[in-house]
Amino acid sequence: MNKKQFETWSPWILLTVTILLWQLICSVFAVSEFIFPSPLRIWSQFWEFKLIIAGHAWRTYWVTMAGFGIAIVVGVLLGFVIGSSRLAYAAVYPLMTAFNALPKAAFVPILVVWFGIGVGPAVLTAFLISFFPIMVNIATGLATLEPELEDVLRVLGAKRWDVLVKVGLPRSMPYFYGSLKVAITLAFVGTTVSEMTAANEGIGYLLISAGSAMQMGLAFAGLVVVGAMAMAMYELFSAIEKRTTGWAHRRSQD
Amino acid sequence: MQAAAPSFVDFQDVWLAYNEELLAQNHFAVEAIDLQVRQGEFIAIVGPSGCGKSTFMKLTTGLKMPSRGRILIDGQPVTGPLKISGMAFQAPSLLPWRTTVDNVLLPLEIVEPHRSQFKARRKEYEERARALLQKVGLGGYEDKFPWQLSGGMQQRASICRALIHEPKMLLLDEPFGALDAFTREELWCILRDLWTEQQFNVILVTHDLRESVFLADTVYVMSKSPGRFVVKKEIDLPRPRDLEITYTPEFTDIVHTLRGHIGAMRKTSAVAPA
Repeated sequence: MNKKQFETWSPWILLTVTILLWQLICSVFAVSEFIFPSPLRIWSQFWEFKLIIAGHAWRTYWVTMAGFGIAIVVGVLLGFVIGSSRLAYAAVYPLMTAFNALPKAAFVPILVVWFGIGVGPAVLTAFLISFFPIMVNIATGLATLEPELEDVLRVLGAKRWDVLVKVGLPRSMPYFYGSLKVAITLAFVGTTVSEMTAANEGIGYLLISAGSAMQMGLAFAGLVVVGAMAMAMYELFSAIEKRTTGWAHRRSQD
Repeated sequence: MQAAAPSFVDFQDVWLAYNEELLAQNHFAVEAIDLQVRQGEFIAIVGPSGCGKSTFMKLTTGLKMPSRGRILIDGQPVTGPLKISGMAFQAPSLLPWRTTVDNVLLPLEIVEPHRSQFKARRKEYEERARALLQKVGLGGYEDKFPWQLSGGMQQRASICRALIHEPKMLLLDEPFGALDAFTREELWCILRDLWTEQQFNVILVTHDLRESVFLADTVYVMSKSPGRFVVKKEIDLPRPRDLEITYTPEFTDIVHTLRGHIGAMRKTSAVAPA
Protein backbone atom coordinates (compact mmCIF):
# COMPACT_ATOMS: atom_id res chain seq x y z
CA MET A 1 0.00 0.00 0.00
CA ASN A 2 1.54 3.33 -0.97
CA LYS A 3 1.48 6.50 1.06
CA LYS A 4 -1.48 8.02 -0.75
CA GLN A 5 -3.71 4.99 -0.29
CA PHE A 6 -2.66 4.74 3.32
CA GLU A 7 -3.77 8.32 3.83
CA THR A 8 -7.16 7.62 2.27
CA TRP A 9 -7.79 4.63 4.47
CA SER A 10 -6.26 6.05 7.62
CA PRO A 11 -9.58 7.10 9.26
CA TRP A 12 -10.95 3.58 8.85
CA ILE A 13 -7.78 2.01 10.15
CA LEU A 14 -7.82 4.30 13.17
CA LEU A 15 -11.50 3.48 13.78
CA THR A 16 -10.86 -0.26 13.61
CA VAL A 17 -7.91 -0.01 15.96
CA THR A 18 -9.94 2.03 18.44
CA ILE A 19 -12.83 -0.46 18.39
CA LEU A 20 -10.48 -3.42 18.84
CA LEU A 21 -8.70 -1.71 21.73
CA TRP A 22 -12.04 -0.83 23.31
CA GLN A 23 -13.27 -4.40 22.98
CA LEU A 24 -10.01 -5.70 24.37
CA ILE A 25 -10.17 -3.49 27.46
CA CYS A 26 -13.80 -4.43 28.11
CA SER A 27 -13.06 -8.16 27.73
CA VAL A 28 -9.78 -8.24 29.68
CA PHE A 29 -11.01 -6.22 32.64
CA ALA A 30 -14.53 -7.69 32.43
CA VAL A 31 -16.10 -4.21 32.54
CA SER A 32 -19.80 -4.36 33.41
CA GLU A 33 -22.08 -3.82 30.39
CA PHE A 34 -24.13 -1.46 32.58
CA ILE A 35 -21.20 0.86 33.12
CA PHE A 36 -19.32 0.83 29.86
CA PRO A 37 -20.61 -1.45 27.11
CA SER A 38 -18.22 -3.17 24.74
CA PRO A 39 -18.45 -2.63 20.96
CA LEU A 40 -19.92 -6.11 20.59
CA ARG A 41 -22.64 -5.34 23.07
CA ILE A 42 -23.39 -2.03 21.37
CA TRP A 43 -23.61 -3.82 18.05
CA SER A 44 -25.95 -6.49 19.36
CA GLN A 45 -28.20 -3.88 20.94
CA PHE A 46 -28.10 -1.86 17.74
CA TRP A 47 -29.17 -4.87 15.73
CA GLU A 48 -31.86 -5.85 18.20
CA PHE A 49 -33.43 -2.38 18.23
CA LYS A 50 -32.58 -1.42 14.66
CA LEU A 51 -36.10 -0.48 13.66
CA ILE A 52 -36.65 1.64 16.75
CA ILE A 53 -33.29 3.33 16.29
CA ALA A 54 -34.00 3.93 12.61
CA GLY A 55 -37.29 5.64 13.51
CA HIS A 56 -35.64 7.93 16.02
CA ALA A 57 -32.70 8.56 13.74
CA TRP A 58 -34.96 9.61 10.86
CA ARG A 59 -36.74 12.03 13.15
CA THR A 60 -33.47 13.52 14.36
CA TYR A 61 -32.23 13.72 10.80
CA TRP A 62 -35.12 15.63 9.28
CA VAL A 63 -35.49 17.89 12.30
CA THR A 64 -31.81 18.74 12.05
CA MET A 65 -32.05 19.37 8.33
CA ALA A 66 -35.06 21.63 8.87
CA GLY A 67 -33.18 23.66 11.48
CA PHE A 68 -30.08 23.67 9.32
CA GLY A 69 -32.09 24.85 6.32
CA ILE A 70 -33.41 27.81 8.30
CA ALA A 71 -29.87 28.46 9.54
CA ILE A 72 -28.57 28.65 5.96
CA VAL A 73 -31.26 31.11 4.89
CA VAL A 74 -30.95 33.32 7.97
CA GLY A 75 -27.16 33.00 8.17
CA VAL A 76 -26.67 33.95 4.52
CA LEU A 77 -29.06 36.90 4.72
CA LEU A 78 -27.59 38.25 7.96
CA GLY A 79 -24.06 37.62 6.71
CA PHE A 80 -24.88 39.47 3.49
CA VAL A 81 -26.22 42.47 5.38
CA ILE A 82 -23.34 42.56 7.86
CA GLY A 83 -20.70 41.99 5.23
CA SER A 84 -21.96 44.59 2.81
CA SER A 85 -22.50 47.48 5.20
CA ARG A 86 -19.92 48.77 7.59
CA LEU A 87 -22.62 50.26 9.83
CA ALA A 88 -24.49 46.97 10.05
CA TYR A 89 -21.23 45.20 10.81
CA ALA A 90 -20.47 47.58 13.65
CA ALA A 91 -24.01 47.42 15.02
CA VAL A 92 -24.84 43.74 14.71
CA TYR A 93 -21.58 41.89 15.16
CA PRO A 94 -21.02 42.48 18.91
CA LEU A 95 -24.59 41.52 19.72
CA MET A 96 -24.35 38.39 17.64
CA THR A 97 -21.13 37.40 19.39
CA ALA A 98 -22.80 37.84 22.78
CA PHE A 99 -25.74 35.78 21.58
CA ASN A 100 -23.49 33.06 20.29
CA ALA A 101 -21.79 32.79 23.66
CA LEU A 102 -25.07 31.79 25.34
CA PRO A 103 -25.43 28.03 25.86
CA LYS A 104 -28.13 26.97 23.41
CA ALA A 105 -29.24 24.16 25.73
CA ALA A 106 -30.47 26.91 28.07
CA PHE A 107 -32.94 28.02 25.41
CA VAL A 108 -34.70 24.67 25.31
CA PRO A 109 -36.95 25.22 28.39
CA ILE A 110 -37.95 28.63 27.03
CA LEU A 111 -38.71 27.17 23.61
CA VAL A 112 -40.80 24.48 25.28
CA VAL A 113 -42.92 27.15 26.96
CA TRP A 114 -43.41 28.84 23.59
CA PHE A 115 -43.83 25.86 21.28
CA GLY A 116 -44.55 22.88 23.52
CA ILE A 117 -42.86 19.49 23.53
CA GLY A 118 -41.98 18.18 20.06
CA VAL A 119 -40.57 19.36 16.76
CA GLY A 120 -40.58 23.12 17.43
CA PRO A 121 -37.88 23.38 20.11
CA ALA A 122 -35.62 20.85 18.34
CA VAL A 123 -35.74 22.63 14.98
CA LEU A 124 -35.15 25.98 16.60
CA THR A 125 -32.28 24.76 18.77
CA ALA A 126 -30.60 23.27 15.71
CA PHE A 127 -31.10 26.59 13.93
CA LEU A 128 -29.87 28.76 16.81
CA ILE A 129 -26.72 26.76 17.30
CA SER A 130 -25.74 26.56 13.63
CA PHE A 131 -26.53 29.89 11.94
CA PHE A 132 -23.68 31.81 13.55
CA PRO A 133 -20.73 30.24 11.71
CA ILE A 134 -22.58 30.62 8.40
CA MET A 135 -23.28 34.28 9.05
CA VAL A 136 -19.73 35.04 10.13
CA ASN A 137 -18.20 33.34 7.12
CA ILE A 138 -20.41 35.04 4.56
CA ALA A 139 -19.74 38.39 6.22
CA THR A 140 -16.00 37.78 6.25
CA GLY A 141 -15.95 36.82 2.60
CA LEU A 142 -17.80 39.97 1.64
CA ALA A 143 -15.95 42.35 3.94
CA THR A 144 -12.46 41.38 2.84
CA LEU A 145 -12.55 42.67 -0.74
CA GLU A 146 -9.33 44.13 -2.08
CA PRO A 147 -9.79 47.90 -2.15
CA GLU A 148 -7.91 48.13 -5.47
CA LEU A 149 -10.34 45.82 -7.18
CA GLU A 150 -13.22 47.82 -5.79
CA ASP A 151 -11.64 50.98 -7.25
CA VAL A 152 -11.20 49.31 -10.63
CA LEU A 153 -14.91 48.52 -10.71
CA ARG A 154 -16.21 51.67 -9.08
CA VAL A 155 -14.50 53.87 -11.59
CA LEU A 156 -16.45 52.04 -14.28
CA GLY A 157 -19.66 53.06 -12.57
CA ALA A 158 -20.22 49.84 -10.63
CA LYS A 159 -22.78 50.13 -7.86
CA ARG A 160 -22.25 48.42 -4.52
CA TRP A 161 -24.64 45.76 -5.70
CA ASP A 162 -22.54 44.99 -8.80
CA VAL A 163 -19.43 44.61 -6.70
CA LEU A 164 -21.23 42.32 -4.27
CA VAL A 165 -22.72 40.10 -6.95
CA LYS A 166 -19.75 39.95 -9.31
CA VAL A 167 -16.99 39.75 -6.72
CA GLY A 168 -18.22 39.51 -3.15
CA LEU A 169 -20.54 36.54 -3.39
CA PRO A 170 -18.34 34.24 -5.50
CA ARG A 171 -15.46 35.18 -3.26
CA SER A 172 -17.32 34.18 -0.12
CA MET A 173 -18.45 30.82 -1.52
CA PRO A 174 -15.45 28.85 -0.17
CA TYR A 175 -16.04 30.45 3.22
CA PHE A 176 -19.71 29.52 2.93
CA TYR A 177 -19.10 25.85 2.19
CA GLY A 178 -16.46 25.73 4.87
CA SER A 179 -18.98 27.06 7.35
CA LEU A 180 -21.61 24.51 6.28
CA LYS A 181 -19.31 21.72 7.36
CA VAL A 182 -19.00 23.23 10.82
CA ALA A 183 -22.65 24.21 11.05
CA ILE A 184 -24.10 20.81 10.15
CA THR A 185 -22.28 19.09 12.99
CA LEU A 186 -23.43 21.80 15.38
CA ALA A 187 -26.99 21.40 14.15
CA PHE A 188 -26.96 17.73 15.13
CA VAL A 189 -25.74 18.72 18.58
CA GLY A 190 -28.58 21.22 18.88
CA THR A 191 -31.27 18.74 17.86
CA THR A 192 -30.01 15.99 20.13
CA VAL A 193 -29.69 18.27 23.16
CA SER A 194 -33.18 19.61 22.62
CA GLU A 195 -34.70 16.16 22.14
CA MET A 196 -33.23 15.03 25.44
CA THR A 197 -35.61 17.22 27.39
CA ALA A 198 -38.25 18.43 25.01
CA ALA A 199 -39.37 15.58 22.76
CA ASN A 200 -40.89 12.12 22.77
CA GLU A 201 -39.03 11.08 19.69
CA GLY A 202 -35.57 11.37 18.21
CA ILE A 203 -32.13 10.13 19.18
CA GLY A 204 -31.93 12.56 22.10
CA TYR A 205 -35.10 11.09 23.55
CA LEU A 206 -33.78 7.57 22.90
CA LEU A 207 -30.58 8.39 24.82
CA ILE A 208 -32.50 9.58 27.87
CA SER A 209 -34.95 6.68 27.93
CA ALA A 210 -32.23 4.08 27.29
CA GLY A 211 -30.13 5.64 30.03
CA SER A 212 -32.93 5.60 32.58
CA ALA A 213 -33.65 1.95 31.68
CA MET A 214 -29.94 1.14 32.20
CA GLN A 215 -29.66 0.01 28.56
CA MET A 216 -26.23 1.46 28.04
CA GLY A 217 -25.62 -0.50 24.87
CA LEU A 218 -28.66 1.08 23.27
CA ALA A 219 -27.65 4.57 24.43
CA PHE A 220 -24.20 4.15 22.91
CA ALA A 221 -25.74 2.83 19.70
CA GLY A 222 -27.80 6.04 19.55
CA LEU A 223 -24.67 8.15 19.94
CA VAL A 224 -22.91 6.24 17.19
CA VAL A 225 -25.85 6.86 14.86
CA VAL A 226 -25.78 10.64 15.47
CA GLY A 227 -22.06 10.66 14.88
CA ALA A 228 -22.42 8.70 11.66
CA MET A 229 -25.17 10.98 10.34
CA ALA A 230 -23.14 14.10 11.11
CA MET A 231 -20.07 12.64 9.47
CA ALA A 232 -21.99 11.64 6.35
CA MET A 233 -23.41 15.15 5.98
CA TYR A 234 -19.98 16.66 6.58
CA GLU A 235 -18.52 14.54 3.81
CA LEU A 236 -21.41 15.50 1.52
CA PHE A 237 -20.75 19.23 1.96
CA SER A 238 -17.07 18.60 1.66
CA ALA A 239 -17.64 16.97 -1.72
CA ILE A 240 -19.93 19.79 -2.88
CA GLU A 241 -17.33 22.31 -1.77
CA LYS A 242 -14.59 20.62 -3.78
CA ARG A 243 -16.76 20.46 -6.88
CA THR A 244 -18.02 24.03 -6.83
CA THR A 245 -15.12 26.03 -5.45
CA GLY A 246 -12.14 24.04 -6.62
CA TRP A 247 -10.34 27.28 -7.49
CA ALA A 248 -9.97 28.02 -3.80
CA HIS A 249 -8.31 24.68 -3.07
CA ARG A 250 -5.87 24.60 -5.93
CA ARG A 251 -2.85 24.55 -3.66
CA SER A 252 -3.92 21.47 -1.75
CA GLN A 253 -4.46 19.56 -4.98
CA ASP A 254 -0.87 19.23 -5.94
CA MET B 1 -12.27 65.94 -32.44
CA GLN B 2 -11.60 69.18 -30.59
CA ALA B 3 -8.31 70.10 -32.13
CA ALA B 4 -8.09 73.27 -30.10
CA ALA B 5 -8.69 71.56 -26.76
CA PRO B 6 -5.94 72.97 -24.58
CA SER B 7 -5.33 69.99 -22.35
CA PHE B 8 -6.88 66.63 -21.63
CA VAL B 9 -6.20 66.59 -17.91
CA ASP B 10 -6.34 69.97 -16.20
CA PHE B 11 -5.76 70.34 -12.46
CA GLN B 12 -6.25 73.90 -11.24
CA ASP B 13 -4.82 74.45 -7.77
CA VAL B 14 -6.20 71.22 -6.36
CA TRP B 15 -6.07 70.45 -2.63
CA LEU B 16 -7.43 67.39 -0.90
CA ALA B 17 -7.92 66.63 2.77
CA TYR B 18 -9.30 63.18 3.48
CA ASN B 19 -12.00 64.35 5.89
CA GLU B 20 -13.56 67.40 7.49
CA GLU B 21 -11.41 67.13 10.58
CA LEU B 22 -8.15 67.08 8.63
CA LEU B 23 -9.47 69.91 6.48
CA ALA B 24 -10.11 72.01 9.60
CA GLN B 25 -6.53 71.36 10.72
CA ASN B 26 -5.25 72.34 7.28
CA HIS B 27 -3.78 68.88 6.88
CA PHE B 28 -3.81 67.98 3.22
CA ALA B 29 -2.87 64.75 1.47
CA VAL B 30 -2.03 66.66 -1.69
CA GLU B 31 -1.55 70.40 -2.03
CA ALA B 32 -1.65 73.02 -4.73
CA ILE B 33 -1.57 70.62 -7.63
CA ASP B 34 -1.42 72.37 -10.97
CA LEU B 35 -1.12 70.05 -13.88
CA GLN B 36 -1.84 70.18 -17.58
CA VAL B 37 -1.60 67.05 -19.66
CA ARG B 38 -1.99 66.97 -23.44
CA GLN B 39 -4.24 64.51 -25.21
CA GLY B 40 -2.34 61.26 -25.54
CA GLU B 41 0.52 62.31 -23.30
CA PHE B 42 2.27 59.74 -21.15
CA ILE B 43 3.13 61.15 -17.76
CA ALA B 44 4.84 59.50 -14.83
CA ILE B 45 4.70 60.55 -11.21
CA VAL B 46 7.57 59.55 -8.98
CA GLY B 47 8.14 60.14 -5.33
CA PRO B 48 8.72 58.46 -2.00
CA SER B 49 6.02 56.13 -0.74
CA GLY B 50 3.17 57.79 1.08
CA CYS B 51 3.55 61.06 -0.81
CA GLY B 52 0.01 61.08 -2.11
CA LYS B 53 0.57 59.47 -5.50
CA SER B 54 -2.38 57.17 -5.03
CA THR B 55 -4.49 60.07 -3.80
CA PHE B 56 -3.66 61.82 -7.03
CA MET B 57 -4.97 58.80 -8.95
CA LYS B 58 -8.22 58.86 -6.99
CA LEU B 59 -8.67 62.52 -7.83
CA THR B 60 -8.03 61.97 -11.52
CA THR B 61 -10.55 59.15 -11.77
CA GLY B 62 -13.19 61.00 -9.80
CA LEU B 63 -13.19 58.49 -6.96
CA LYS B 64 -12.35 61.41 -4.66
CA MET B 65 -13.48 64.99 -4.96
CA PRO B 66 -10.98 67.79 -4.28
CA SER B 67 -11.45 69.88 -1.14
CA ARG B 68 -10.34 72.95 -3.07
CA GLY B 69 -9.63 73.69 -6.69
CA ARG B 70 -10.96 72.30 -9.92
CA ILE B 71 -10.28 69.27 -12.07
CA LEU B 72 -11.22 69.16 -15.73
CA ILE B 73 -10.83 66.01 -17.75
CA ASP B 74 -11.39 66.27 -21.49
CA GLY B 75 -12.82 69.73 -20.92
CA GLN B 76 -15.46 68.53 -18.47
CA PRO B 77 -15.39 69.13 -14.72
CA VAL B 78 -15.09 65.85 -12.81
CA THR B 79 -18.21 65.13 -10.81
CA GLY B 80 -17.99 61.40 -10.16
CA PRO B 81 -16.24 58.19 -11.19
CA LEU B 82 -14.87 58.59 -14.71
CA LYS B 83 -15.76 55.69 -16.95
CA ILE B 84 -13.21 56.75 -19.52
CA SER B 85 -10.45 55.57 -17.23
CA GLY B 86 -8.96 52.14 -16.74
CA MET B 87 -6.89 51.25 -13.72
CA ALA B 88 -4.28 48.67 -12.82
CA PHE B 89 -2.36 48.28 -9.59
CA GLN B 90 0.67 46.52 -8.20
CA ALA B 91 -1.49 43.54 -7.23
CA PRO B 92 -3.11 42.10 -10.38
CA SER B 93 -6.22 41.28 -8.29
CA LEU B 94 -7.73 38.98 -10.89
CA LEU B 95 -10.72 36.90 -9.84
CA PRO B 96 -9.56 33.31 -9.28
CA TRP B 97 -12.88 31.74 -10.29
CA ARG B 98 -12.84 33.32 -13.73
CA THR B 99 -10.60 32.35 -16.61
CA THR B 100 -8.18 34.95 -17.90
CA VAL B 101 -10.44 35.97 -20.78
CA ASP B 102 -13.45 36.23 -18.45
CA ASN B 103 -11.40 38.39 -16.12
CA VAL B 104 -10.57 40.71 -18.97
CA LEU B 105 -14.27 40.87 -19.90
CA LEU B 106 -15.34 41.93 -16.40
CA PRO B 107 -15.33 45.69 -17.07
CA LEU B 108 -17.63 45.21 -20.07
CA GLU B 109 -20.15 43.55 -17.78
CA ILE B 110 -20.20 46.71 -15.71
CA VAL B 111 -19.55 49.79 -17.79
CA GLU B 112 -22.24 51.29 -19.99
CA PRO B 113 -22.99 51.10 -22.88
CA HIS B 114 -21.38 47.64 -23.06
CA ARG B 115 -23.22 46.40 -20.02
CA SER B 116 -26.66 46.39 -21.60
CA GLN B 117 -25.33 44.87 -24.83
CA PHE B 118 -23.13 42.33 -23.14
CA LYS B 119 -25.34 39.30 -23.67
CA ALA B 120 -26.08 40.08 -27.28
CA ARG B 121 -22.53 40.98 -28.28
CA ARG B 122 -20.66 38.54 -26.05
CA LYS B 123 -18.99 36.80 -29.03
CA GLU B 124 -17.64 40.04 -30.38
CA TYR B 125 -16.40 41.19 -26.97
CA GLU B 126 -14.72 37.89 -26.39
CA GLU B 127 -12.93 38.23 -29.71
CA ARG B 128 -11.75 41.63 -28.67
CA ALA B 129 -10.48 40.33 -25.31
CA ARG B 130 -8.67 37.45 -26.97
CA ALA B 131 -7.05 39.77 -29.50
CA LEU B 132 -5.87 42.02 -26.71
CA LEU B 133 -4.46 39.11 -24.71
CA GLN B 134 -2.72 37.91 -27.85
CA LYS B 135 -1.14 41.32 -28.23
CA VAL B 136 0.41 41.27 -24.77
CA GLY B 137 1.78 37.79 -25.34
CA LEU B 138 -0.85 35.80 -23.50
CA GLY B 139 -2.02 33.86 -26.56
CA GLY B 140 -2.72 30.29 -25.49
CA TYR B 141 -3.36 31.30 -21.89
CA GLU B 142 -6.80 32.87 -22.41
CA ASP B 143 -8.71 29.96 -20.93
CA LYS B 144 -6.36 29.28 -18.06
CA PHE B 145 -7.17 30.47 -14.59
CA PRO B 146 -5.13 33.34 -13.16
CA TRP B 147 -3.55 31.12 -10.53
CA GLN B 148 -2.10 29.01 -13.31
CA LEU B 149 -0.20 32.03 -14.63
CA SER B 150 3.05 33.60 -13.42
CA GLY B 151 3.09 37.01 -11.74
CA GLY B 152 4.16 38.79 -14.92
CA MET B 153 1.42 37.11 -16.93
CA GLN B 154 -1.18 38.03 -14.34
CA GLN B 155 -0.06 41.64 -14.53
CA ARG B 156 -0.41 41.59 -18.33
CA ALA B 157 -3.93 40.28 -17.94
CA SER B 158 -4.62 42.99 -15.40
CA ILE B 159 -3.51 45.64 -17.90
CA CYS B 160 -5.73 44.06 -20.54
CA ARG B 161 -8.62 44.29 -18.11
CA ALA B 162 -7.87 47.99 -17.68
CA LEU B 163 -7.87 48.52 -21.45
CA ILE B 164 -10.74 46.34 -22.65
CA HIS B 165 -13.32 49.12 -22.65
CA GLU B 166 -10.94 51.31 -24.66
CA PRO B 167 -10.48 54.00 -22.04
CA LYS B 168 -9.07 57.37 -22.98
CA MET B 169 -6.98 57.39 -19.86
CA LEU B 170 -4.97 54.57 -18.31
CA LEU B 171 -3.93 54.90 -14.69
CA LEU B 172 -1.23 52.62 -13.42
CA ASP B 173 -0.25 52.52 -9.76
CA GLU B 174 3.17 50.88 -9.50
CA PRO B 175 2.02 48.16 -11.87
CA PHE B 176 5.42 46.51 -12.24
CA GLY B 177 6.59 46.93 -8.66
CA ALA B 178 6.26 43.29 -7.71
CA LEU B 179 7.97 41.83 -10.77
CA ASP B 180 11.54 40.79 -11.35
CA ALA B 181 13.78 43.11 -13.38
CA PHE B 182 13.59 41.15 -16.66
CA THR B 183 9.84 40.71 -16.60
CA ARG B 184 9.50 44.35 -15.71
CA GLU B 185 11.46 45.49 -18.76
CA GLU B 186 9.46 43.17 -20.95
CA LEU B 187 6.24 44.73 -19.69
CA TRP B 188 7.62 48.24 -20.21
CA CYS B 189 7.90 47.40 -23.88
CA ILE B 190 4.42 45.93 -24.00
CA LEU B 191 2.99 49.05 -22.39
CA ARG B 192 5.03 51.24 -24.77
CA ASP B 193 3.65 49.36 -27.78
CA LEU B 194 0.05 49.47 -26.59
CA TRP B 195 0.35 53.18 -25.95
CA THR B 196 2.04 53.88 -29.28
CA GLU B 197 -0.72 52.02 -31.07
CA GLN B 198 -3.76 53.34 -29.23
CA GLN B 199 -2.60 56.76 -28.04
CA PHE B 200 -4.55 56.88 -24.81
CA ASN B 201 -3.35 59.05 -21.96
CA VAL B 202 -1.26 57.28 -19.37
CA ILE B 203 -0.65 58.33 -15.81
CA LEU B 204 1.96 56.05 -14.36
CA VAL B 205 2.69 56.19 -10.66
CA THR B 206 5.98 54.55 -9.80
CA HIS B 207 9.09 54.82 -7.72
CA ASP B 208 11.29 53.33 -10.37
CA LEU B 209 13.06 56.30 -11.99
CA ARG B 210 14.35 54.32 -14.96
CA GLU B 211 10.84 53.11 -15.64
CA SER B 212 9.47 56.65 -15.58
CA VAL B 213 12.16 58.05 -17.86
CA PHE B 214 11.96 55.18 -20.33
CA LEU B 215 8.19 55.33 -20.73
CA ALA B 216 6.99 58.85 -20.09
CA ASP B 217 6.87 62.11 -22.01
CA THR B 218 6.89 64.07 -18.79
CA VAL B 219 8.00 63.05 -15.33
CA TYR B 220 6.67 64.79 -12.23
CA VAL B 221 8.43 64.44 -8.91
CA MET B 222 6.18 64.57 -5.91
CA SER B 223 7.27 65.47 -2.39
CA LYS B 224 6.04 63.90 0.76
CA SER B 225 3.92 65.74 3.34
CA PRO B 226 2.94 68.05 1.90
CA GLY B 227 2.20 66.06 -1.25
CA ARG B 228 3.16 68.55 -3.93
CA PHE B 229 4.62 68.40 -7.40
CA VAL B 230 8.10 69.84 -6.95
CA VAL B 231 9.77 69.07 -10.28
CA LYS B 232 8.46 68.75 -13.82
CA LYS B 233 10.85 67.16 -16.27
CA GLU B 234 10.16 66.79 -19.98
CA ILE B 235 11.84 63.69 -21.33
CA ASP B 236 12.95 64.59 -24.84
CA LEU B 237 14.46 61.26 -25.74
CA PRO B 238 13.46 60.34 -29.28
CA ARG B 239 10.66 57.87 -29.89
CA PRO B 240 10.25 55.04 -30.55
CA ARG B 241 12.46 54.18 -27.62
CA ASP B 242 14.22 50.90 -27.42
CA LEU B 243 15.40 49.22 -24.23
CA GLU B 244 18.95 49.95 -25.43
CA ILE B 245 18.32 53.61 -24.74
CA THR B 246 18.38 52.93 -21.02
CA TYR B 247 22.12 52.32 -21.32
CA THR B 248 22.90 55.60 -23.07
CA PRO B 249 24.52 58.50 -21.17
CA GLU B 250 21.60 60.85 -21.98
CA PHE B 251 19.20 58.46 -20.30
CA THR B 252 21.42 57.98 -17.29
CA ASP B 253 21.86 61.74 -16.94
CA ILE B 254 18.13 62.30 -16.74
CA VAL B 255 17.72 59.53 -14.20
CA HIS B 256 20.58 61.02 -12.24
CA THR B 257 19.07 64.49 -12.17
CA LEU B 258 15.74 63.14 -10.98
CA ARG B 259 17.49 61.05 -8.38
CA GLY B 260 19.19 64.24 -7.18
CA HIS B 261 15.83 65.97 -6.67
CA ILE B 262 14.47 63.09 -4.67
CA GLY B 263 17.63 62.82 -2.62
CA ALA B 264 17.52 66.54 -1.79
CA MET B 265 13.89 66.20 -0.77
CA ARG B 266 14.59 63.31 1.54
CA LYS B 267 17.37 65.23 3.21
CA THR B 268 15.26 68.28 3.97
CA SER B 269 12.40 66.20 5.29
CA ALA B 270 14.85 64.34 7.53
CA VAL B 271 16.12 67.59 9.02
CA ALA B 272 12.68 69.06 9.52
CA PRO B 273 10.14 66.29 9.91
CA ALA B 274 6.65 67.58 9.27
